[in-house]
Amino acid sequence: MNKPTSNLSPGNLSPNPTRGQCNLATRHLSLAAIYGLIACIFLVIAPHAEHLPPWVSVLAATLMGWRIYLAYKNLLLPKRWLLTLITLACVVSIFLTFRTLFSREVGVTLLILLTTLKLLELRTQRDAIVTIYLACFIIITNFFYSQSMPTALFMLFTLVAILTTWLHLQTGDLGFRPRLRMALILLAQAIPLTIILFLLFPRVPGPLWGLPHDAYSTSGLDDTMSPGSLSKLSLSEAVAFRAQFAAAPPMREQMYWRGPVLWAFDGRTWTAGTAPASKPATLDTLQNSQDYTITLEPHNKKWLFALEMPTKISIPSRVTDDFQILLPNNIIARVRYTAQSHLGFRANAEETEQQLQRALTLPATLNPRARQLAAEWRSTLNNSEAIVRAAFTYFNREKFEYTLEPPPLPGLHTVDDFIFNTRKGFCEHYASSFVFLMRAAGIPARVVTGYQGAEYNELGNYYIVRQSDAHAWAEVWIAGRGWIRIDPTAAIAPSRVQSGLAASLPDSVILPFMARTQSPLLRNLRLNLDSLTNQWNQWVLGYNTEQQFAFLTRLGMQSITWQNMVISLIIGLAALIGIFALLMLRHLKGRNVDMAQRLYLKFCHKLVKINLVRAEHEGAKDFAARAIKASPQLTAAVTHITNLYLGVRYGGEANSAAIRALRHAVTSFKI
Amino acid sequence: MSKPLHNVIQQAEQVILGKPHQIRLALACLLARGHLLIEDVPGVGKTTLAHVLAHSLGLQFQRIQFTSDMLPADILGVSIYLRESEKFKFHPGPIFAQMILADEINRATPKTQSSLLEAMEEQQVTIEGTTHPLPAPFFVIATQNPTQQVGTFPLPESQLDRFLLRIKLGYPDAQAERGLLEGINRHELIASLKSQMTAAELLALQQQVRQVFVSPALLDYVQAILRHTRSSATYVRGLSPRAGLSLLAAARAWAFINGRNAVIPEDVQAVLPGVASHRLQNVRDTHTATESDFPDELIKAVPIP
Repeated sequence: MNKPTSNLSPGNLSPNPTRGQCNLATRHLSLAAIYGLIACIFLVIAPHAEHLPPWVSVLAATLMGWRIYLAYKNLLLPKRWLLTLITLACVVSIFLTFRTLFSREVGVTLLILLTTLKLLELRTQRDAIVTIYLACFIIITNFFYSQSMPTALFMLFTLVAILTTWLHLQTGDLGFRPRLRMALILLAQAIPLTIILFLLFPRVPGPLWGLPHDAYSTSGLDDTMSPGSLSKLSLSEAVAFRAQFAAAPPMREQMYWRGPVLWAFDGRTWTAGTAPASKPATLDTLQNSQDYTITLEPHNKKWLFALEMPTKISIPSRVTDDFQILLPNNIIARVRYTAQSHLGFRANAEETEQQLQRALTLPATLNPRARQLAAEWRSTLNNSEAIVRAAFTYFNREKFEYTLEPPPLPGLHTVDDFIFNTRKGFCEHYASSFVFLMRAAGIPARVVTGYQGAEYNELGNYYIVRQSDAHAWAEVWIAGRGWIRIDPTAAIAPSRVQSGLAASLPDSVILPFMARTQSPLLRNLRLNLDSLTNQWNQWVLGYNTEQQFAFLTRLGMQSITWQNMVISLIIGLAALIGIFALLMLRHLKGRNVDMAQRLYLKFCHKLVKINLVRAEHEGAKDFAARAIKASPQLTAAVTHITNLYLGVRYGGEANSAAIRALRHAVTSFKI
Repeated sequence: MSKPLHNVIQQAEQVILGKPHQIRLALACLLARGHLLIEDVPGVGKTTLAHVLAHSLGLQFQRIQFTSDMLPADILGVSIYLRESEKFKFHPGPIFAQMILADEINRATPKTQSSLLEAMEEQQVTIEGTTHPLPAPFFVIATQNPTQQVGTFPLPESQLDRFLLRIKLGYPDAQAERGLLEGINRHELIASLKSQMTAAELLALQQQVRQVFVSPALLDYVQAILRHTRSSATYVRGLSPRAGLSLLAAARAWAFINGRNAVIPEDVQAVLPGVASHRLQNVRDTHTATESDFPDELIKAVPIP
């Protein structure tokens, strides 16, 4: 690196010169301003470190460190050719990393690196202002990655820091506290503008600015299930959805949130398989209806979750013949819907032969011992119900263990291995082997995945369902009774269903922080936070086209088109700015005084032509006397203007008539 | 300007030749209810100025010549035991007058000096537990010889601050001196002076001076001056808030004397040397007591906002 080491040169940092002495744009920056700017850039790009390639973060940090070193040692900034070289190297590296120059990632990375490079040519006030604008722009890019409340709060804090630094550039000698106060006042003044823009700016349906789908990398239930897939998910404390019941909520053990239904088994993995055309799903003998609202976090899949069995969904969706609710597209933005379910039901009492056949298919040769066990039941017991009961009892009686860390099942016969050897498993093991046994015994069965249970947030009166509540259970079809839910996990660990995962595992098992019951204080804090997040999600992030429509209708807007919205947006902004302007006009007197000063300076400027230059400390009266002495022919005009000026500025006669007279006198003043 | 005030100035100018600015400053000081310190070598007319002002304004006048063996009681007065009534009777000292000329104040000991200065500040005298109010208006003109002269006690800075203005008379110019030499005896002239107003009229004028308008723009200027004296490296220490108030009061009186009812920056500039020179100490002049023209530098250093 070529680091110039000369001490003093024009490019160097000089102490902040007195205000007004030199041009704002070329004024050199104080050390404090430089450190402030570096801090601002650091604050805005720090959150990006999480998802950028590590070398970008390291490079950005190095560049900032270098700039701090140069400022601290009062050294020359790097030469232009060196900066150009680094910039080119950055662009090439970015291309090599991302293999493209056109994507959101690349754009953000470029912006961040170029901004940090800009710090290295931070010399004058103009550079500083450019840096401030860049920092403000980078704030927006942070919302590409997270729109959560903590992000918003942190960016607000960053904005305050940027404004305070900006005020330092503008005001120079003002102390930190008054600057901070001014920044906060500026932000406060922006609040009404923000509210109007937020409420009235036309929303596009769908997620923010149609971001690419990779913006929503999400964890959640998959449409396949294999040993270990759910136990892994159980370690995630992420929220899957939140539910609020209109009336008394059901018991916890009745909270089966239905998700993907899995039919096909290849010996290890359960998948949905290909559904043949069949008759639509039917429900009868319904009882115990529940109405509730769900706010579903985006999970990048098509299905919605609802209590078994859903009867009504408020948003356009399709109910499949196995009672899954599907949206036409993947869910990449938070979605809110109300649903009705009946906890007592008879599902598909009539089922097509094709479907029943599908629910009996098993890989031909695998798991001979399990097949044998099923065949025994088949031969000894006379009806399907008895076989189901026997299987349930089997899991209950034999020494099965419920654990988050089941031993791997590497062999070909996974079900045999599990039932007869390891006997340690999570819900997917039990659901899988139960369905296998049922099918082997000739009873149509399938695996249902979803969530079981929920945590009640008494502060917001809603239920939180987390990824750790992910669950799998079985359904068997019995002639005349339709599909019946059997949860084999309940046979081994009833507490899993009654009080949740944490309660059903020994204390020694390490669980996500959220899942364990903690001290009441922590729990309270956590629920409070979640309640806040929920509000934020619903009212700020969830303010979409529909909510906007509903809100504007409530306000009494007749026809809501985007044109009307834009018009009312403009009217709203104009009204607000008008109010601000009126408030400012109340200081008209002060403005008149300033106006008088401007006019007087104009007058002085005219006198410069005849070599009469007013010294900065020279009073108007003294100057007038000097002017009259120099050119007596101007006596009348100079005296008139000076008297008017003194009257307005010092005599308390700051009325508009005097201003008009002064303006007239100054404009008509000729030498 | 009021007619009597005009007459006072005219009369004074006839006696004290070639010093119109100093006369007006002295008068401004009086109108601003401040006390005046005149510093100069003997014989340039300090006493004459005091006499002329007292006579023209119709004020009861007392002169106190300060000496090194003077005691506070010599100024304030003393209580004497009267055998007939078996009581102490207070005999007021020379300070109980409307205008005091404290001549050569720096010849007295600090103890005596401070007794006068306290009376100036509080407009009353407390002797043996009894408080005696001083007459109104109460105006002190103190004269001081330049401090490098032998046998003087220079006034400490805190005491100097009590004087609103300090002026110098200086030698008269050639023309004025010729007039002085040619003219009749000053004592006779003073004796022939007529008073142009009453004490009540003077109090009313003082009241009017207080009403002179001061605009925010002017306050900006005054503050800029104060800020400059505090931040500039030229001065040992900056002007105090009391100095700022004094500056404003003097500027108001100056504007009033010049027939204006609002203060303009030129008024501030006119009184600034008088207000600031005894309160500011130039770093350069710490050891040499020669007063440079630094208030003038001060004026030039502060742009009018």
